[in-house]
Parts: sequence; C-alpha cells; structure tokens
Amino acid sequence: MERREFLQKCIMVVVGASVPVSALTFIDPKKVFAANPDIQWAFLVDTNKCVGCGFCVKACKTENDIPFEAHVSRTWVERYVYTKDDKRYVDSPQAALHGFIDSRIDLGRGEFKEIDPKNVGKAFFVPKLCNHCSSPACTQVCPVGATYKTDDGVVLVDRSWCIGCGYCIMACPYGARFFHPVKHVVDKCTFCYHRLSKGLDSACVNACPFKARRMGNIHDPNDPITQIIMNERVGVLKDEFGTKPQAFYIGLAQEVR
Amino acid sequence: MYSYHRKSNVMEWKNQPAKYGVSGRERMHEYCSACHGAVVKVRTEKLHGIIPCEDCHGPAMNHPENPEKLTIDRSRELCLRCHTNLPYTTSERHRIPGINPKTHNTGAECVKCHNPHNPSLEGMK
Ligand code: HEC
Ligand code: HEC
Ligand code: HEC
Ligand code: HEC
Repeated sequence: MERREFLQKCIMVVVGASVPVSALTFIDPKKVFAANPDIQWAFLVDTNKCVGCGFCVKACKTENDIPFEAHVSRTWVERYVYTKDDKRYVDSPQAALHGFIDSRIDLGRGEFKEIDPKNVGKAFFVPKLCNHCSSPACTQVCPVGATYKTDDGVVLVDRSWCIGCGYCIMACPYGARFFHPVKHVVDKCTFCYHRLSKGLDSACVNACPFKARRMGNIHDPNDPITQIIMNERVGVLKDEFGTKPQAFYIGLAQEVR
Repeated sequence: MYSYHRKSNVMEWKNQPAKYGVSGRERMHEYCSACHGAVVKVRTEKLHGIIPCEDCHGPAMNHPENPEKLTIDRSRELCLRCHTNLPYTTSERHRIPGINPKTHNTGAECVKCHNPHNPSLEGMK
C-alpha cells in the first residue's frame, strides 16, 4: 500500500468513529478556551510529599487504557536511595504501579538489593511524566506532523497520523514516550486533556492523597501553582537540553535526572 | 514549521470519555455519602481521610449505573503501598507508621483486624 493511501485510510476510520461523540455529547471546549486565550497548563511536583504509593500510576493507566502488565507507562515514580558510603540506587519496579511494597531495590533481571537501614542517607521518591516542554524536541523531529503542541500548552500525538517511526521516542530527553502495546502508535502523557477540558483534574493529580502532584495555569498570575513556581525554589529536570520543560519540581536534589 | 498538524485531532483527544469521577476530597465525600454515608462518616481526616475513595475502589464516574458495584480489594498489597516499613527519613514516608510485611501478622488480610476507613488503633475491630 502507498503510504499516502495508508494514511488516508487511517484518517477515514478515525473521523468516522469520532463523529457521534463529538457531535452531541459535550459543549464545544474550544469556545470555552477562546474566551480564555491564555491558558498554559503547567505541572508541579512536590517530591517532599511523595510517599511512593503509586496510586497515580494506577489511576493513569486505568484512565488512559495502558495495560497494567505492559512495561510502559505515561507516568512513573522513581525511588532514590543514597547510602552513607556514597552509593546511589534508583529503581521504579513496574513504573511503581503497585508502589514500593518491597524495601529491597529492584536491580533488574530478578536481582534485588537489601540496604542496611543504618546505611541509608538521603532517600526519596520522584514522580515523572511528560514535561510538556515549551520548545519540545519531539515535535520537531516528527516527519509527518503527528505530534504537536496545543494552544494551551499540551503536547499530543495524533494516533491516525503517527507512522510509528520512533524518532520522537529517541528525541525526548525524559524518556516520556513509548509505543502503545495495543494501538501500535507512539503514546505519551496528555495531561489528561480529556479531563482538563471537562473541568476535572488529571487522573494522577486526582489520585494523589498527599498533594504531591498539582496542575495550574502558568499564564494566570493569581493561580496558586503559578505563585509557587514564581516565588519558591522550584527546579526543572535536564534544564541544559533547552527544551523549557513545563513540569516543575519542589525539593529536587541536584543528582536527579 | 513543526507545529503543522491535523487541527481536528485536538477535539478527538478532548472528547475521550473520563473514568474517574468528581475531583476534590470534599466533593467526593459529599457524593459518596449520599448512598454510603456510614462508611464516609467513619473516616477521619487525620488518618485515611486524605485518600480518595477511588484509589482503593477504582473509577466511579458512572457508578452506581455502570459499574453497579465498585471493586473491593482486600489484598495486603493495597495497604503495603504506604505501610511497608521503609527507613527513609528524608521523605514524607517516614510520617506513616510502617510494618514489616514479612513479620506483621502474615497470611491474614489487614482488614481482618484494621478498619480501612478508620484504621485508628484505639477503636480496633
Ligand atoms: C446513588 C447511590 C450511590 C452513590 C452516589 C455511590 N454508590 Fe456505591 N453503591 C451503590 C449501590 C446501589 C451499590 C451496590 C450495593 C450492593 O449491591 O451491595 C454500591 C456498591 C458500592 C461498593 C461495593 C460494595 C460491596 O459491598 O460490594 C463500593 C466499594 C462502593 N459502592 C463505593 C462507592 C464510592 C467510593 C462512591 C463515591 C465515589 C459511591 N460508591 C457512590 C450506590 C451508590
Ligand atoms: C485505603 C483504601 C480504602 C479507601 C481510601 C476507601 N476504602 Fe472503602 N473499603 C476498603 C476495603 C479494603 C474494604 C473492604 C473492608 C472489609 O472487607 O472489611 C472497603 C469496603 C467498602 C465498602 C463496602 C463495605 C462496607 O464497609 O460497607 C464501601 C461501601 C466502601 N468501602 C466505600 C468507600 C467510600 C465511600 C470511600 C471514600 C469515602 C472509601 N470506601 C475509601 C478500602 C478503602
Ligand atoms: C495512600 C497511603 C495509604 C494506604 C494505601 C493505606 N494507608 Fe493506612 N495510613 C496512611 C496514613 C497517611 C496514615 C496516618 C499516619 C499519621 O499521620 O499518623 C495511616 C494510618 C494507618 C494506621 C495507624 C493508625 C493509628 O492510629 O496509628 C493503620 C493501622 C493503617 N493505616 C492501616 C491501613 C490498612 C489496613 C490499609 C489497607 C486497607 C492502609 N492503611 C492503607 C496511609 C495509607
Ligand atoms: C491479626 C490482626 C492483624 C493483622 C492481620 C494486621 N494487623 Fe496491623 N496491627 C495489629 C495490632 C494488634 C496492632 C497494634 C499493636 C502492634 O503494633 O503490633 C497493629 C498495628 C499496625 C500498625 C501501626 C504500627 C505502629 O507502629 O504504629 C500498622 C501501620 C499496621 N498494623 C498495618 C497493618 C497492615 C498494612 C496489615 C496488612 C499487611 C496489617 N496491619 C495486618 C493487628 C493486625
């Protein structure tokens, strides 16, 4: 099949399937946003508050139909343990879907490492997800215009245009993209765009009992999230890549990558 | 240049159905208590009151129409997400009382002894 023909077939299928939903169910969110042209969504993670329960990962996978057993996830939680004798351990068993119910570090390949509690120095959890960068590397490398940034700051993938070449997966400095095991196209965090446009919190923000994850409109100076980002000591991951990430972190150690 | 894309895809994403219900603890408690008032009432803000019902019972957007019942997970693993003892003093985790899963009443469901909605040790069932 010619690629053009293949692409056209895909588009037809998706348009056909989506008409009944889009035609009737909801008020047009475009109009809502048109009245509010300067929404720019940003994410705020407070690593001091995270306990590694993993309910965010469970909620994300459930809400967005990412199979539990697949070793891919739109969001994940990393555990960092520094020992007093200067070693560093990082793990994220099954993306922390079931939390960290084992005190041993998962070294991979079925190997686990117990760390003597007396030797534990700094130890903490870091939730991760797509940074919805202002200058995203992923959208620039896409050869078919299948991944793009919306007017309100969210990086999305058009499933009917994605040809699965994987350039964007390689380009992302954060490892936030993967192949969807069922859809067979590239997948990533959408900030739960479908929930935001219905006035709901994203599934992970909604699930967090400790308010370690929050979202806000960084173009609104009165938004509590904006005030924290502007006034407190927040950092971003991998600043040196110049992608201007829009996920901000409180309590980040220098060593977190 | 790199921002060209199929405009209608934005709407396609927006129109995906949501599964998890009302946001915010107060609104959720209000919503669930209409039918499960006894359970909601027993919860204490100090202990498990901060955990959204849907974390343990699954998405509830159209409950009780669909699903008619929510799931009940009595596994030890559900509780161990927060209560496995991890000696991490520099994380909020240290404020949650921890137990050793290999020695604390092994083989029995936690909810045999602890009330998941109000786990206060004083009023243990
Ligand atoms: C309009 C009433 C109504 C509301 C509101 C409601 N439920 Fe229910 N719920 C029911 C009914 C009816 C059942 C089925 C009861 C049965 O068959 O024992 C049920 C069953 C359940 C069960 C399973 C109970 C069992 O014994 O198997 C759980 C858990 C539950 N609901 C949790 C919730 C949560 C959490 C909320 C809020 C997000 C909620 N419900 C809101 C009516 C409601
Ligand atoms: C920490 C996890 C957890 C949270 C949070 C939680 N539940 Fe439960 N819930 C359970 C477990 C476990 C059971 C089964 C208890 C048992 O078998 O003794 C249960 C049982 C129930 C039942 C059926 C049995 C009963 O006790 O009536 C209902 C209804 C229910 N929960 C509603 C809720 C509602 C409403 C909320 C939020 C206000 C909530 N739960 C929050 C874990 C939780
Ligand atoms: C999302 C994390 C989380 C989960 C999951 C969770 N808990 Fe808790 N639990 C807490 C927190 C937070 C406290 C209160 C700690 C404090 O501030 O004293 C607590 C307190 C307790 C306490 C001590 C109460 C006291 O009076 O000291 C017990 C017992 C307990 N939980 C049992 C359970 C059981 C049983 C389950 C599973 C049904 C469970 N927990 C699931 C977070 C959790
Ligand atoms: C056979 C009954 C029984 C079972 C099953 C049980 N516990 Fe307990 N648990 C107790 C009693 C009694 C205490 C209070 C005395 C103590 O500390 O041992 C307690 C204390 C606790 C505490 C408070 C510890 C502290 O230092 O304050 C936590 C947290 C806890 N249990 C969690 C759990 C979890 C999680 C499970 C399931 C993995 C579980 N329990 C299973 C009986 C039980």
